[in-house]
Amino acid sequence: MPRINSPAELEEFRKDIISKRDPNKPCIAVCTGTGCLALGAGKVVAALKEEIEKQGLNTEVVDTRETGCPGFCERGPIVVIYPEEICYLQVQPDDAAEIISQTIVSKKVIERLLYVDPSNDETIARESEIPFYKNQMRHLIGNNIKIDPKSIEDYLAVGGYSALVKALIEETPEQVVQLVKDSNLRGRGGAGFPAGIKWGFAAAGKEKKKYVVVNADEGDPGAFMDRALLEGNPFGVLEGLTIGGYAIGASEGYLYVRQEYPLAVENVTLAIKQAEEYGLIGKNILGSGFDFKVTVHRGAGAFVCGEETALLASLEGKPGEPKARPPFPAVKGLFGKPTNINNVETWSNIPLILKNGPEYISSIGTENSKGTKIFSLVGKVTNTGLVEVPMGISLRDIIFKIGGGVPGGKKFKAVQTGGPSGGCIPEEHLDIKVDFDELAKVGAIMGSGGMIVMDEDTCMIDVSKYFLNFLSGESCGKCSPCREGITHMLSIITRISEGKGREGDIEFLEEIAISTKNASLCALGGSAPNPVLSTIRYFRDEYEAHIRDKRCSAFVCKDLIAYHIDPEKCKACMICSRKCPADAIDGAKKQIHVIVQEKCTKCGTCYEVCPSGFGAVTRLSGEPVPAPIPEEERTIVGKSK
Amino acid sequence: MSEIHLQIDGKDVEAEEGMTILDAARSVGINIPTLCHHAELEPYGACRICVVEVDAGGRKGIGAACVRSVEQNMVVNTRTEQIDSIRKILLEQFLAHAPDSEVLLRLAKEYGADKDRFEKQSSFCILCGLCVRYCTEVKKKNAIGFFDRGSTREIKFFPEIAAKECKDCKECFPLCPTSYLQAAYHVTEALAFPSTFSESTSKE
Amino acid sequence: MDKGKIEKIIEKYPRDPSSLIQVLIHIQSEIRWLPKEALNMVSQKLDVPMNRIQHIITFYKAFSVVPKGRHEVHVCTGTACHVRGATRVLDAVEERTGIEPGETDQDLKFSLDTVSCVGCCALGPVVVIDGEYHGNMAPAKTEDVLKNYE
Repeated sequence: MPRINSPAELEEFRKDIISKRDPNKPCIAVCTGTGCLALGAGKVVAALKEEIEKQGLNTEVVDTRETGCPGFCERGPIVVIYPEEICYLQVQPDDAAEIISQTIVSKKVIERLLYVDPSNDETIARESEIPFYKNQMRHLIGNNIKIDPKSIEDYLAVGGYSALVKALIEETPEQVVQLVKDSNLRGRGGAGFPAGIKWGFAAAGKEKKKYVVVNADEGDPGAFMDRALLEGNPFGVLEGLTIGGYAIGASEGYLYVRQEYPLAVENVTLAIKQAEEYGLIGKNILGSGFDFKVTVHRGAGAFVCGEETALLASLEGKPGEPKARPPFPAVKGLFGKPTNINNVETWSNIPLILKNGPEYISSIGTENSKGTKIFSLVGKVTNTGLVEVPMGISLRDIIFKIGGGVPGGKKFKAVQTGGPSGGCIPEEHLDIKVDFDELAKVGAIMGSGGMIVMDEDTCMIDVSKYFLNFLSGESCGKCSPCREGITHMLSIITRISEGKGREGDIEFLEEIAISTKNASLCALGGSAPNPVLSTIRYFRDEYEAHIRDKRCSAFVCKDLIAYHIDPEKCKACMICSRKCPADAIDGAKKQIHVIVQEKCTKCGTCYEVCPSGFGAVTRLSGEPVPAPIPEEERTIVGKSK
Repeated sequence: MSEIHLQIDGKDVEAEEGMTILDAARSVGINIPTLCHHAELEPYGACRICVVEVDAGGRKGIGAACVRSVEQNMVVNTRTEQIDSIRKILLEQFLAHAPDSEVLLRLAKEYGADKDRFEKQSSFCILCGLCVRYCTEVKKKNAIGFFDRGSTREIKFFPEIAAKECKDCKECFPLCPTSYLQAAYHVTEALAFPSTFSESTSKE
Repeated sequence: MDKGKIEKIIEKYPRDPSSLIQVLIHIQSEIRWLPKEALNMVSQKLDVPMNRIQHIITFYKAFSVVPKGRHEVHVCTGTACHVRGATRVLDAVEERTGIEPGETDQDLKFSLDTVSCVGCCALGPVVVIDGEYHGNMAPAKTEDVLKNYE
């Protein structure tokens, strides 16, 4: 492929690609992001290709395209058939024959593979009509199902790289920085610092050598927006980074990708190679005189490397220990040079600003939070996946309207936003408008976008313990307020979860939180107390119940719960006694079962397997377990008791 | 080197650009406590006992005096209710590791820290890192280093290097505020030094 | 340990201390652990003192100083998986393999580790074995999944 040396050549090439694509030609797009691949999408693609051949069709008649993640992860593997945009969900390899014969050849829709609207039981064929997608604003992630991340031509066909042309040819670096400032885009990694202002600091540096960096560490457990963007549309991120390099005066860019995302590493490495071949990365890009080189660095399993100074230390081959700021990376960053580091989603927004103008971002959202945000909606929610919405939408709309609410008839309890640095938001605040400031007001943070829904079966002490446990292993351990503070908070909360809580524990936790929050070297320590503090704020009664009454009303903390078989309801069917992995159930046919408490490991299997008609297994917490009924009374005589 | 004018605890201070708050404070007789700081070593900013309240051009916050550079018109407060309560808790956390450390007990008295407040910790190392940094930066022997991270971060000797270098050096020993270092050295010597060396050292 | 192989890997990267982590990641993924000799070679060629290398291989969880088993089992304990019962899945895997996270069994068959989020939260709880993702795991399913690995 000959190198593209000018904007004119790029447009020629783009026109050529588009002219060769018949918009009416059937195309079967299959999501092959990590999630759908785990559900067998690879086999679905293979089966479709096989059927196409088997049924005597060929690539002249129908295309298949392996695409990025569109976000409806709960219903994967996902297939969308163009031009009609028919969306099939939970597709299996066995469906391939019917898809080809019915939908491609006979133009008939397969009802059983369609989305069913739970409000009226009607099926919906078109992807954009499905409420999950319809209620979103999919500026960034909308393209994922349309492009093969391994194909630069697909990216060009949807208008890719026109933003870079605009930046390099029509705008000066200062003008590009101003456009980003005008958009009011705030960083999407968690801190929410205005991107344009950040760019301005690095751009103002007089040093010749500068760097731009993509933070693709995405360490918050439960957040995978960046995975979808980087895997599904790596060219979008690269284009943004190249524009940033130009604006700031950096000739070198780095992508720091977390080690746990091998497909993202693969796709972006391939994308860089292709971009280099086409001359969209390298020397004298499109004849503009701007040189830019990009390198991919893999993370090595450290959450703290999502913190910008720790990430830079890691790029330098050092342990991921954060550095005191000031000086900020924009002044003294990678290898001591001015460095601008932004999150994947932030970089992905940049081409949109150049292509459509800053108003594309600034006209959406609330007063201080503009544009769209991708959230990963996970946990106890019906439509688990990625949702892209305008800032200012309510939590209720995200969780219930788009997310479909809490499954299994369970009651919503809280939503955790911002990962280990964030907080839990209870029902009373479901109508707040999601933006940086509103979330902070209720004791949470936007974070990178993780949104974990919790129901009545979630114990908030267990949640705090989970996050503190996570952080105690992920903290770099250099500074004492973080290392010691987390160790002691974890120790206290563990005691509470084990029924050994004491009066004064809550106040002690709050006191330790103050020094950890205020004296830590970086934001990991600085925000570590947030989950504890927010759960104390909204669920203090749960803490008190654990401490005073030794009661866990969500039946999670093993040391505080007991399983008991109600002798009035037990029908001696022996199912539980057979399934019990600890051999802790004493019983026989026609003999009422009894759980031997000393042997019971609280796994909950008996509770799960007792036939719903009997419902004999109960969970107890904060009350004594009734003594087993005497042996003589345990025999079931005939049909009556 | 241009001159920076700032205020520390109400006192007007003249400092040079690039100076840390700690050094600027010391130059006017204001003593900010430190544990991980050493004149011969790069400032580390890990123990955080030197935290102070800083107001730099309207941006208020808390920072470590040993690593924070002075800025024009900066206002610093080294003793406030907030700072004192942070130092008290930090000392109590350190004392949970090393309740007998003289250095810590002296500071504990000043800040009203209770050595039994926190659950006792198994290691009496407070990870100030003076030993590691001295060996790396000054002696350039790298006989001792950091391992792991988070609550399991620790400092250990490298037996092969320590066996050769430490016998005639031990310059790091007086730096340790808790005597963990000396104990760690002797344990490593007894258990892990290569056999050819342990013979000669046992003759001491 | 094949010295030539290690040398070839080191040569692929700029001969600079900043390449340290990328070199170690490459060696780890090729030979599945970091033997002392390999570390000595890296220390020499990249001019990095051993105490920094030791800190790095214990700081970052990607590295292993002991050989890994034939099959690497990663149980995701990210928040979404945790809320869906990952702890119970981990307990079941520990019981079936006889090892705890961070350990390798005596036959060098399985190595077990936890991982905090692989980005497949809709499938949680997730267990990844040799790069193969197993979603919607439950304690009862662990036996069936593990028995496929020799």
